[in-house]
Amino acid sequence: MIAKSKFRDPNLTRQVADQIHRVAPKGDHIKICHVCGTHEWTITHFGIRSLLPENVEVIAGPGCPVCVLPASEIDEAVELALRGVAITCFGDVLRVPGSKMSLLDAKAEGADVRVVYSVADAVKMAGKETNREVAFFAIGFETTAPSTAVEVLKKPSKNLSFLVSHRLIPPAMELLLGIGDLHIDGFIAPGHVSTIIGLKPYEIFTKVYRMPTVVAGFEPLDVLFAINRILKQFKEGTARLENEYTRAVSYDGNLKAREAMNKAFEVLDGYWRGLGRLPSSALRLRKEYLHYDAREKFDIKIKHGRDILPGCQCHLVMIGKIRPDECSLFMKVCTPQKPMGACMVSVEGTCRIWASVSKSV
Amino acid sequence: MIMCLAIPAKVVSVEGDKARVDFGGGVLREVNIALVDVKVDEYVLVHAGYAIEVLSEVEAEETIRLWNEILEAENKVQEK
Repeated sequence: MIAKSKFRDPNLTRQVADQIHRVAPKGDHIKICHVCGTHEWTITHFGIRSLLPENVEVIAGPGCPVCVLPASEIDEAVELALRGVAITCFGDVLRVPGSKMSLLDAKAEGADVRVVYSVADAVKMAGKETNREVAFFAIGFETTAPSTAVEVLKKPSKNLSFLVSHRLIPPAMELLLGIGDLHIDGFIAPGHVSTIIGLKPYEIFTKVYRMPTVVAGFEPLDVLFAINRILKQFKEGTARLENEYTRAVSYDGNLKAREAMNKAFEVLDGYWRGLGRLPSSALRLRKEYLHYDAREKFDIKIKHGRDILPGCQCHLVMIGKIRPDECSLFMKVCTPQKPMGACMVSVEGTCRIWASVSKSV
Repeated sequence: MIMCLAIPAKVVSVEGDKARVDFGGGVLREVNIALVDVKVDEYVLVHAGYAIEVLSEVEAEETIRLWNEILEAENKVQEK
């Protein structure tokens, strides 16, 4: 495979940065939004913002699947754990605050909470411990949902259930465009979500909202070229859907993965932490697999939770309305060691990523 | 783990829905390949233990070529 260094070539980087300065409109403030924690990581760690003209701003939308989980769904997992169900989850979820406690707090109280690398680990555990109820906390966007679907469709051991909290990205992008004073001028679409869903779901943004949209990979040059393409479209007054990440993303996406998702899940409205209910933005198991649904199996349905602690501005950081350092708690009372909000917990959260390069750490 | 992070890996061997892949430096790991059609020596993007897409080497090279071409063209426009 082609060397990674080619996608980080300093000479090419300098040239693209120069080109960005030339093509950027003078005066107008341009706001480009991405919706992926990994993009934020690339942008922050490679100092991409420092290469851009002053009037070109890149903001982070709700692209951290752990951060967008509402407290009510953490509460559901906690409730299951406290009732004696072994909860298997990704490591990032452990410390996400629920209304009263996190899964880590539940573990400290003696609940059986286990970190897994993959849903396959949960399937294995349930297969080995058939006398024990095991639930997999299925979170993540379209990148992760197919793996849950694959295991559900294989009809795993009956003592395994799924607390499905998957979310879909395009409805969140649409939400951002409805926020009147956010004024986004272009989207960097998330590369790995796009490997699954392809390009079609983004057509609404160019056709209806006239929003330049570029699917991008995760190397610094991927992101810089995407910014360059968006600025170019802005200058030309066009709104096209471009795919910069052709080495992984095709127009149709991953058909096998989409088929598995369609078979296992149906789409419904979903709550997002601090953002409220977004139409058609969540997944749940279809009727024929409902016996694997942890909410049905254990009759757990928590409607409302406390998403945001007083003073925390996670909900504004998550839509790119403010930068982490504009929150008065950032790195003062809210730190990676003692996070107040979900954005500081997950390694994909905007606050956590900014904290990792903050001088005061 | 970073939820949307997917890491390229080279497929070393395939057995049914499982493959052993190399993340570089000889770190081998078993991943599920139910979501892709992949052969030995090809590269996959691995996310949370599942290969989510096969990486196209041709497209990777094409991207680099295209970037250079775009910059060259834009520099020329600028010079005019």
